Amino acid sequence: MNRLREVARMRWRQASIPLLAIVLAFAIAAVVIIVSSAFTSTGFDPFLPFSAYASLLAGAFGSGNGIANTLVAAAPLILGGLAVGLGFKAGLFNIGVAGQFLVGAFAAAVVGSALAGWPTLVGMPLATLAGALAGAAFGFIPGFLKARTGAHEVVTTIMLNNAAVLLLNWAVNDLVRAPGFSFPRTGDIGNSALPVLLGRNLHLGIALAVLTVFAVRWLLDQTTIGFEIRTVGQNPHAARYAGMRPVFITALTMTLSGLLGGVAGAIQMLGVIGFYAPGITASVGFDSIAVALLGRSDPIGILFAAILFGAFRAGAPLMQIETSVPIEVIDIIQALVILFLAADLIVRRVFRVRGTKVEISELKTVTQSWAGGVGGASPT
Amino acid sequence: MDAVATFFRLLWELAVYLFVVLPDLLPIILALATPLALGALCGVLNERSGVVNIGIEGIMLMAAFFGYLAGFALHDSIGSGPSLGLGILAAVLVGAILGLFHAWLTVSVRADQIIAGTMMNIAAFGLTGYLNRLIITPSGRGGAGVITPLHIPDSLANLPLVGPVLAMFFDQGPIAMSVLFIVLVLQFALFRTRWGLRTRAVGEHPKAADTVGIDVYRQRYRDVVLGCALAGLAGAFLTLESTGSFQNGMTGGRGFIALAAMIFGRWTPIGAFGGALLFGTATALGVVVNVRTPEGDLGTILRSIPTYWYAALPYLMTIVILAGVVGRSTPPAADGVPYVKEGRG
Repeated sequence: MNRLREVARMRWRQASIPLLAIVLAFAIAAVVIIVSSAFTSTGFDPFLPFSAYASLLAGAFGSGNGIANTLVAAAPLILGGLAVGLGFKAGLFNIGVAGQFLVGAFAAAVVGSALAGWPTLVGMPLATLAGALAGAAFGFIPGFLKARTGAHEVVTTIMLNNAAVLLLNWAVNDLVRAPGFSFPRTGDIGNSALPVLLGRNLHLGIALAVLTVFAVRWLLDQTTIGFEIRTVGQNPHAARYAGMRPVFITALTMTLSGLLGGVAGAIQMLGVIGFYAPGITASVGFDSIAVALLGRSDPIGILFAAILFGAFRAGAPLMQIETSVPIEVIDIIQALVILFLAADLIVRRVFRVRGTKVEISELKTVTQSWAGGVGGASPT
Repeated sequence: MDAVATFFRLLWELAVYLFVVLPDLLPIILALATPLALGALCGVLNERSGVVNIGIEGIMLMAAFFGYLAGFALHDSIGSGPSLGLGILAAVLVGAILGLFHAWLTVSVRADQIIAGTMMNIAAFGLTGYLNRLIITPSGRGGAGVITPLHIPDSLANLPLVGPVLAMFFDQGPIAMSVLFIVLVLQFALFRTRWGLRTRAVGEHPKAADTVGIDVYRQRYRDVVLGCALAGLAGAFLTLESTGSFQNGMTGGRGFIALAAMIFGRWTPIGAFGGALLFGTATALGVVVNVRTPEGDLGTILRSIPTYWYAALPYLMTIVILAGVVGRSTPPAADGVPYVKEGRG
């Protein structure tokens, strides 16, 4: 019995700050909702947050469909969160998941539609693989540049996100536009679609995402590469003296991170969207950052954080329909969660708790490399 | 041999084309460079004092929105001119307030600076999108319009050599016109005044600065707030001087291109301005080759490049420039390192 209490206390110390950060974020967002309600046609409504959050919850968990939607929304977030989290482990900040997601989705759509008539067992894995490889290639670019020249991935990945949107629009317009549609889009994916496991839309991608959680965990904890990744993230100098190759690890980690982002796009394409067209947006990019931070870049933590944010995304449309509170409130909540995790001092003061530090220690390497080119080839 | 000759002929034609086209483009280039230059100056002030700020994008977006909102709300009661002026003021104020917030997070709370900036970007995207959907979209009306740019007399603009340069700096709205002035003032202030020396001191060696009696925290607060006010001005330019409307996420990565311009300019105001002009030129050329396509083979080649590629050019250029420049330029030594005063833990 005592042991159980001990374990419970330890878990609480770990989870208290993230959980309270979410509570605080919802509280502040409620203030935003109340204040902004004064400027709408319906007028000032101090109880609006309650009804809004109630519909958010109902949309996410209120029905079988709701729960399925939550898991469907969580699947790309799990992979995106792992992409960002894996980067963090090596002291890299991959803000480029949005771009990697898009190229992954695009590649999966193109290969998927080309193999639409083939059996699912051929088309689906190949389309997913295409997405993974496209994402990996797109992650390799900033990784290689960081490793070779010290160009910081925070800027290069954001620029690649913007470039990806434009270049993929071009590709859909001029290269792979499917005939017979009134707007530019890729062809139907037919048999390449991910099979639905349960209900209306719970597709195979969720299982793939959960498996990936354990694969990444294994990579980080059980392999030499994982050990090198973690060492480089903690201290690139020490890693170099220990005979490791920070330059190689930096490029490799960004490539793997991009691969995960690409798979996120691929399963979203093959399981939900179905075709690539200009205007496909990837809120997954920003969401993944919040998920990785909330999960402390630990694979299991990321799994739970992704389901939580999946619930927000799944429930938000119902909230907007029923209470006219814009779905963008989710972005605000997300930013607040990140704020309270980055400045956990606020949470400690407000709730008078002493949880373990939430800060991801490798973040220090990210920030230092901004100014010093630590991860790169510059002399140390 | 033939291919080489053709290549050089095309290169020569390109040079001639640029020579003909550029003078007419100068005003557009400065207009395109203005938000980048102001954002880059924000970066220079922040990082010179030792604070990394990747939230410039978000601050710009937030200021763009609230400047627009102020004009939108005041337009009917006080008319276009005053509401635009107050809109700019509101944008600058919003920038400064967000700067204060960033300074508090990074200097006092000592939160991770990259994460603080990321948070700023996501918050800006969410809050502006939220309020846009809630307030501006349902109203169905526009904002306060745009500031009418000044026009210099044709006799001046047609002067050889001097004319285009005059047009560049004076065929502009007030914000774009003031950019060069702000750049020169900051360049002087940063390297020739006591404030500038203190700013550089707390960014290079805060401990030494502290020992000689400079309040490191206060200095960083001031510089971050001032810099972010400039990012606010950049936001005002986007909605009140350039487009006259607000779209979600309209900054489109400018805050990050500004950071590249800052690095390209080696953390100096004039250099950052040069970087911003470079990006402005790239963007302007992307537009103009489709409007005034050169004749002959060169035109065929330039026209065969899809417009999407021209649109992506500034982003790709940012990457190339960062990769080429960053290893050979040195940022302020204490950039990104929170200062802990001894005895305060």
